[in-house]
Amino acid sequence: MPETLMAALEELEKAYEKAKKDKKFQARLADLLRNFAGRPTPLFCAKRLTEKLGGAKIYLKREDLLHTGAHKINNCIGQALLAERMGKRRIIAETGAGQHGVATATVCALLGFECVVYMGTEDMRRQELNVFRMRLLGAEVRGVDSGSRTLKDAINEAMRDWVTNVRTTHYLLGSVLGAHPYPTMVRDFHRVIGREARAQILKVEGRLPTTVIACVGGGSNSIGIFFEFIKDKKVRLIGVEAGGRGETLGDHAARFRGGSPGVLQGTYSYVLQDAAGQIALTHSVSAGLDYPSIGPEHAWLKDTGRAEYVPASDAEALEATTVLARTEGIIPALESAHAVAETIKRAPKMKKSEILVVNVSGRGDKDVGILRENLSLG
Amino acid sequence: MPFHFQAKPSLVAYVTCGDPDLATTREVIFALIEAGAAVIELGVPFSDPLADGPVIQRASERALKAGTTLENVLKLAAEIRVEAQSTGLIIFSYLNPILRMGLEKFCKVARHAGIDGVLVTDLPVEEAAMYLREMKKNDLAPIFLTAPTSTDERLKKIAQVSSGFVYAVSRTGVTGAQRQLPEDSQKLVKRIRRFTKLPIAVGFGISDAEQFRAVGKYGDAAVIGSAIVQVIERNKRNEARAVKEFIGKLVIRNE
Repeated sequence: MPETLMAALEELEKAYEKAKKDKKFQARLADLLRNFAGRPTPLFCAKRLTEKLGGAKIYLKREDLLHTGAHKINNCIGQALLAERMGKRRIIAETGAGQHGVATATVCALLGFECVVYMGTEDMRRQELNVFRMRLLGAEVRGVDSGSRTLKDAINEAMRDWVTNVRTTHYLLGSVLGAHPYPTMVRDFHRVIGREARAQILKVEGRLPTTVIACVGGGSNSIGIFFEFIKDKKVRLIGVEAGGRGETLGDHAARFRGGSPGVLQGTYSYVLQDAAGQIALTHSVSAGLDYPSIGPEHAWLKDTGRAEYVPASDAEALEATTVLARTEGIIPALESAHAVAETIKRAPKMKKSEILVVNVSGRGDKDVGILRENLSLG
Repeated sequence: MPFHFQAKPSLVAYVTCGDPDLATTREVIFALIEAGAAVIELGVPFSDPLADGPVIQRASERALKAGTTLENVLKLAAEIRVEAQSTGLIIFSYLNPILRMGLEKFCKVARHAGIDGVLVTDLPVEEAAMYLREMKKNDLAPIFLTAPTSTDERLKKIAQVSSGFVYAVSRTGVTGAQRQLPEDSQKLVKRIRRFTKLPIAVGFGISDAEQFRAVGKYGDAAVIGSAIVQVIERNKRNEARAVKEFIGKLVIRNE
């Protein structure tokens, strides 16, 4: 991290530690999560999908039903309330698929903050609906034309803004990336997903799931659902990365398949990079998974063997979207479709007595353009 | 090792190596030395220069397209050292390319090439233990950035582990020419002086004679980066001469 930001990071850490212990803060957060965002989200038993795959019993954690259509708002409400405490009324954010941008714009409208969202121009093209929503919500969307014109470039530009405006501005980072305290703080704001899912599955089935599956871009929805289960050693945790269109560097965003330890944008984790330490371009049909690094807590889960990470290709994710739509009447976001793709592979190999919980991190309305380009619907 | 800042202020010149190619960078660096630069910062291009404004961003892109790597920047440094015995040479880089090479290997090669110091843009002092160890082993000066937002506590920490000189970033912002030096700049230098006897170089945004002279009133050196990089960008095939002319107008040599 550049030195200019260190004081802001220290200030943020202190504010966060205080807020954690502040009952009023926690109560306000819980109230907004319930009455504004719509928590708790259901854990839905996917009967037809289970039958179709003929293996484990499948439950879907419905983060797609959360206000704004994805899990992102859990973190946005938390950080916006923190910014309020710190007296910062200008919020900036980066966004890939646009869901984090929309959630940030939503919360800024709710609290009356100024909002600027940085988005790669390639992402703006493929997630047009979300660009429109952000502007309708009153946010300024600034296109970033450098580099790959996707998520990592948006983060660079957001960082530059933060370095320049650090005294008045809070950077509402959207995933478990960046310098401390972001990875911890963002994870903590998303822990509610796993806490609910764990209680819900115990209530309905009387036992813990065999496996929990989630897609992994930066890693926020996955760590959000995984975290509560980490201590349940028998529960397998599977993270699904973007396998893209191939195994060559530049054709995917599978950090654990092709990456190595490195530093990007304030985090030391697995990074897709070339031999000279330059960060690689990545590809995924899903904008939200299209990122060359991964949350450091995932690196730790992988290295300690607590979680496993597998790729799903663009084609598999597109196929999974149709399967879930026609089998359960749910159109998942392309990101979440990666988790569904892995479910389709894995469930048939499991016993009927086993339980599989899949995090549907978002809904797929934003993806109709891409789906239309890629699917020939009969 | 001590950096010799005799003029007030001395000139620290930054170039993005490899823009448009290493041969041109070599010529430009010799022109800068001739024009009176006490220290040259050899900028290593990086794919994600989040602390840099558009001028250095563009330069980095061009340098990367030309195939510039940390390895060949170090080779260039060695060539320059052979011909320029008394100029300070610093590697200015983001952390990842250095990590990829390996801290140990990097420091050895840098020492061997005749590098005097290193400045890693995104390595905060609290994460620098291994780096400082390798730098010390190889007799290289670790140079750190300080910012107007750095608390006194941070300035103290930074001063304690620095050697060579301390870099004072003149404003909250990314690299890039400015019309005026902010007041932040003088205040910061004053604060740093409470914690160190090392010379202080002020950088970010300096692009004309007035700003350069102003730094001389309170700082030991002025860093000129984006302004030089922009001259290079605007004077294709005539870079070295244009840079020499630019510096000539800007720098007053009062020894």
